[in-house]
Amino acid sequence: MTKRNATLVLAAAAMMTLAACHKKPVAQTPPPPPPPPPAQVEKPAINFFNAEPSSIDKGQGSSLRWSVTNATNISLDQGIGQVSPNGRRTVYPGETTTYTLTVSNEGGESATATATVTVNTPPPVEQPAPQPVQSAADMLAGQVKDIYFDYDKDDIREDQQATLQGNATALKQIFAAHPDFTVVVEGNCDERGSAEYNLALGDRRASKAKEALVSLGVPADKMRTISYGKERPVCTDQSEDCYQRNRHDHFAAAQ
Amino acid sequence: MKLLTSAILVLGAFGWLAAQQPGPPIQGTISGQGQKPAIAIPDFRASGGAAPLMASFNETVRSDIENSGALTFVAKSLYPAQVPQQPSDLIGGAPPPQTATQNPQGFRLADWGNAPVSANYLGIGYGAEQNNQFVLFGWLYDISQAANLQGAQIFGKIYTGTLDQNGAIQVAHQYAADILARFGVKSLIGTRVVFSSNRTGNKEIWTMNWDGTDEKQLTHFGTISAFPSVSPDGAKVAFTSWLRESPRIMIFSLVTNRELPFYNQRASMNCCLSFSPDGKHVIFSSTAAGGPAQLYIANPDGSGLRRLASSGAIDTEPKINPKTGTDIVFVSGRGGGNPQIYLMSEGGEAQRLTDGTGDATNPAWSPDGTKIAFAWTRGFEPGNFNIFIMDVVTRKLQQLTNNEGRNENPTWASDGAHIVYANKRGRDSQIWTMLADGTQKKQLTRVGSNTTPVWAPAAQ
Repeated sequence: MTKRNATLVLAAAAMMTLAACHKKPVAQTPPPPPPPPPAQVEKPAINFFNAEPSSIDKGQGSSLRWSVTNATNISLDQGIGQVSPNGRRTVYPGETTTYTLTVSNEGGESATATATVTVNTPPPVEQPAPQPVQSAADMLAGQVKDIYFDYDKDDIREDQQATLQGNATALKQIFAAHPDFTVVVEGNCDERGSAEYNLALGDRRASKAKEALVSLGVPADKMRTISYGKERPVCTDQSEDCYQRNRHDHFAAAQ
Repeated sequence: MKLLTSAILVLGAFGWLAAQQPGPPIQGTISGQGQKPAIAIPDFRASGGAAPLMASFNETVRSDIENSGALTFVAKSLYPAQVPQQPSDLIGGAPPPQTATQNPQGFRLADWGNAPVSANYLGIGYGAEQNNQFVLFGWLYDISQAANLQGAQIFGKIYTGTLDQNGAIQVAHQYAADILARFGVKSLIGTRVVFSSNRTGNKEIWTMNWDGTDEKQLTHFGTISAFPSVSPDGAKVAFTSWLRESPRIMIFSLVTNRELPFYNQRASMNCCLSFSPDGKHVIFSSTAAGGPAQLYIANPDGSGLRRLASSGAIDTEPKINPKTGTDIVFVSGRGGGNPQIYLMSEGGEAQRLTDGTGDATNPAWSPDGTKIAFAWTRGFEPGNFNIFIMDVVTRKLQQLTNNEGRNENPTWASDGAHIVYANKRGRDSQIWTMLADGTQKKQLTRVGSNTTPVWAPAAQ
């Protein structure tokens, strides 16, 4: 018999003696648990922090995403403030901005990471060197805009009046600078009406614009009208956007 | 040659009669139940170089008979196992009393009148290659006269064509037309469809046989050419072309394929010409007076111009009634509304035929002058055209297409039974034919986008 077994037997005998006793035994305070090991404060870690897309056009948004562990205090700069350990935030910076994610724990340890959103600003429009005299075709293409119409209608819409005025001004300048130049007003329709009716409708659209331009002082003998009906669509999608683009008068140089 | 001669001799021995003149039209219906007479035509066979052409021949005959709307073509699956190919195969007289085990042999003409075939007429024949030509021997029998084979034979004929697919198809059309003529059906042989196609990259005027074969390019302008119409004698085609800057009317001879003189009014637009039934006038839409396009009548060369109406709104697509020669249907945007179809009788006020809803366009008179076919978006979104027929007196409507894309430009064949039209599903439009009741729809074109068809009568 080993020494340990002997102790157990003795203890068992002692307990039986105690149990036989009618007096309630005084509870003995158990020994305190061993003190916890000193808290192991782990370093805060930033698993990732990025911006997607990292390059945007002005006005677009970029998504910041991050994941952090072992941190009690997580914040983003640029006025964003406290955030959760795993998060996502869409930002709309007006210019290229670097975002800093700062994390720390109670132990005062910290970590940072940065993500930069590059904002592309459109390049400044290059101004062509002013030419002494612009060609009539260039002036026409640059200054005279298409006029748009409603379905099955030939009257100049309210929202097209400004374009028409602008065209009148531009055409008068063009004809003054180039006395031999003439313009063809081309009337067009969307694909929905019949080809035959659209031919007559395109003719009306071209005529109505010509009449309005003449009333604004553009010489009538410098403009000819032609209808292409729905024979020359600028797009072929079956959508209102495309239909609208096709219901137009276009101004072309006469051959 | 020797073969052909002997074939004729053999045919003659069995009562072949050259059908110099067609017999009197077979009137009414056979069953008395208001049903169409039923015809059985078993597949014709051939040997030699003709053999590979018989599939096209048989299919064309079946298609012509079915598409006529005048006869019921009994399904070939119901035919007896044995099929007569020539009169000598046939046995006259009443069939022997039926027994449960008896199987119809097929050589007895009366067998074809019994169930399950239950036909009223039987077409038989065969093909052959002779002198490098496709030769076809075809007969038609009246089964009700089966007791006497001589009396039962309605006709027997020899047809010849080129020894190729096209020759077999043309011979099939002729054989089918000879059958159909017995039932009062006017033949479409020689009629063509004139249309606009962009398959070369530009919209040009094309023609083809009414069955879609023999496509030919008429114009080579490299611009936009569209809206053809054909003179009543089938000799001239008018269309609208951008060849000389603004849209102008051009007239071509379909005989010489050359341009004929036509004086175009000074106008931003002259378009959509059609011929009067006597061929002595043309009617079209023009902006000659300024303002919206209006209707004009003129001599066939464009001289003698006379304005027909003054509406202050777009008037286009005028068509003169082929029977009265005076009533004109046309499309107008008058009243500030959507385009609608109007009828103008000489001296009278134009009356609107359509109910004012949707876009109504492309009117075309039936050959008997009682109906118009046209395209209408009624009940559909703008652009979703369907083909309708209207009885002009009663205004009764019939819709021929539905939920099968965009359908436009219906015109009638001279038989008054067929309609050619443009159908667009997806990006491209194609030319189709159908019966005037909306059945038997058949696609004719497959290349490019094909639009504005018109059924041209056979050139006289």
